[in-house]
Amino acid sequence: MNTPLLEVSELRKHFPIKGAFGRTVGAVKAVDSVSFTLQRGTTLGLVGESGCGKSTTGKVLMRLLDPTSGSIKLDGEEISTFKGKELNAFRRRVQMVFQNPASSLNPRASIGAAIAAPLIEQGIKPPGGVKAKVRDLMDRVGLRPEHANRFPHEFSGGQRQRIGIARALALDPDVVICDEPVSALDVSVQAQVVNLLKDIQRDTGISYIFIAHDLAVVKHMADEVAVMYLGKIMEQGSNEQIFADPQHPYTRALLSAVPSVELDAALTERIRLGGDLPSPSNPPSGCVFRTRCPAYALLPETDRARCADQVPTGEVACHFPSAPLAAVAAHR
Amino acid sequence: MTATASTPTTAKPVATGRSLLATAWMRIRRSRIAMASLAVVVGMVLFAILAPVLVAIEGQDPNTTNTTPEVLDNFYTPGLPLPQYMYPSAEHWLGVEPGLGRDLFARLAYGARVSLVIALLATLVSVVLGTILGAAAGYFGGKVDMVISRIMDLFLAFPHLLLVLSIAPILQSRLAGTALGSGSFVPIASLVIVLGFFGWAYLARVVRGQVLTIRQQEFIDAAQSYGTSHRSMIFKQVIPNVTGVVLVYATMMIPTNITAEAALSFLGVGVKDPTPSWGQMLNAAQAGNWYLSDPWFLAVPSIALIITVLAFNLLGDALRDALDPKSSR
Repeated sequence: MNTPLLEVSELRKHFPIKGAFGRTVGAVKAVDSVSFTLQRGTTLGLVGESGCGKSTTGKVLMRLLDPTSGSIKLDGEEISTFKGKELNAFRRRVQMVFQNPASSLNPRASIGAAIAAPLIEQGIKPPGGVKAKVRDLMDRVGLRPEHANRFPHEFSGGQRQRIGIARALALDPDVVICDEPVSALDVSVQAQVVNLLKDIQRDTGISYIFIAHDLAVVKHMADEVAVMYLGKIMEQGSNEQIFADPQHPYTRALLSAVPSVELDAALTERIRLGGDLPSPSNPPSGCVFRTRCPAYALLPETDRARCADQVPTGEVACHFPSAPLAAVAAHR
Repeated sequence: MTATASTPTTAKPVATGRSLLATAWMRIRRSRIAMASLAVVVGMVLFAILAPVLVAIEGQDPNTTNTTPEVLDNFYTPGLPLPQYMYPSAEHWLGVEPGLGRDLFARLAYGARVSLVIALLATLVSVVLGTILGAAAGYFGGKVDMVISRIMDLFLAFPHLLLVLSIAPILQSRLAGTALGSGSFVPIASLVIVLGFFGWAYLARVVRGQVLTIRQQEFIDAAQSYGTSHRSMIFKQVIPNVTGVVLVYATMMIPTNITAEAALSFLGVGVKDPTPSWGQMLNAAQAGNWYLSDPWFLAVPSIALIITVLAFNLLGDALRDALDPKSSR
């Protein structure tokens, strides 16, 4: 295949922990060696529970946060070191839809102004004028263009998310990073927004990084799926692969938690993960998932030592994929 | 349907296409106290602006003295009744000053100009400085925040009275010989400088705190994601979201500055005779112990001061209620 649109390798984002007198006493490893690729016109779903670093990954890709190390290539061009004008130009190509429809729009700006803002800040004069472009965008996302003078508080959550999508599309980007775009919405509205995103992709060939914790939504949206846990990708593969034949114990546990009638009978047995997410400032050695792994308990001593010593790599970041999972955790 | 429907109040849906400020105005119009205080404030401003017109209608002048030996004699003989023309009459609407016998209405009107100009200009200086510096401190954070915050501390800790005592003579000597050196420019300018440059730090603190919370909101990330410059970030994204606070604070700052002007002039370090201001009138009333024999002389500027300050404060309260998003009225 040709050059992927977006190629991320070994991406890390560590937040320093400051002790007394500003000394750095440690680091929260929010994103730790994440690699994936995104092909043009496709969607990559990034899933994981709260605090796994998926939103941080999105913000680093958007260059709202600077990566600690690693490379981000857009069309083969390294963008993680861009500054100033280069960074500004890059922003035309990658845009973001934010999670919270209540706070992602400036309450003091009319929505017409909000959608026009990217064009104005980037100094783009679309043919036919900014106003016409705003009307087109509003029409495209299913808003009535005559509402351009209204303010965000006069719209519902779903409508506000449409405004956010229109704003992200204003610059005609190649990639839109959707950071949990539907998690704050009602289920019925979720479907509308997700379908809107899919329609836009079909019409324009845009690519998405779709960050979510809702597996059902990701299954509907994504072509490729990456499952994150504690700043690392546990398993990645095509949609069919991940949902039909998950390898990693974490993925299997996540999938078994989805309340769905479509899943295989074998998976309807719920696997409950014990304990809490370990602290990302002091992650477990070796495989970060081993402290909560339902397979780890059943492994012989020598295999366990391997989990504790070696960091698993590859598409499925597990030393013993498809190992039997502990029955203790089973739950109907 | 609008978002207000989700709040557990009996709020009527906010009318469509209105900004939050327009909604606030609707609420103010519904409050009697707010409208009354707004009327008093507007009336007082008109009174000051139209001072020359009103005084011309009265047929007097703020600086014409009506000194006759009888007037002065009367005041040095306690217990004797005052001459008739000391009290309000068709000729002198509010009577005349004891001593120099200048028309009180004329001095009150021209004094309103001076008092309000000082208070408004000082407030303007404080608001512009406080909003921009507070927003910059909160928005940039880090070292910028530290430098601005320390400057704020410095200004808050500075003894204002000493400065106002020293700045007037300095300005006076600098401007001596120029057109600005004479007349009322120096006392007015020094009051504006002192009140304005020492009032901003309070507002800057409030604005900085607000901006720190605004900065956490996603629309700031969103604006950054399409490459918004720092300049439009501060002026288009951040400052419009603190206008409510600033407006309320400014409305509260005006009466504070009016009282501060009055207090400083009363103490003799502000506006000085012959320039009239409400504080200068109070100073004149107590300077010759006139208020003992002629309380009316003290009452006129005091009542004007109280009404104006009360009206501004009530208006500030009403504005705060009206701009509060949680308020349901």
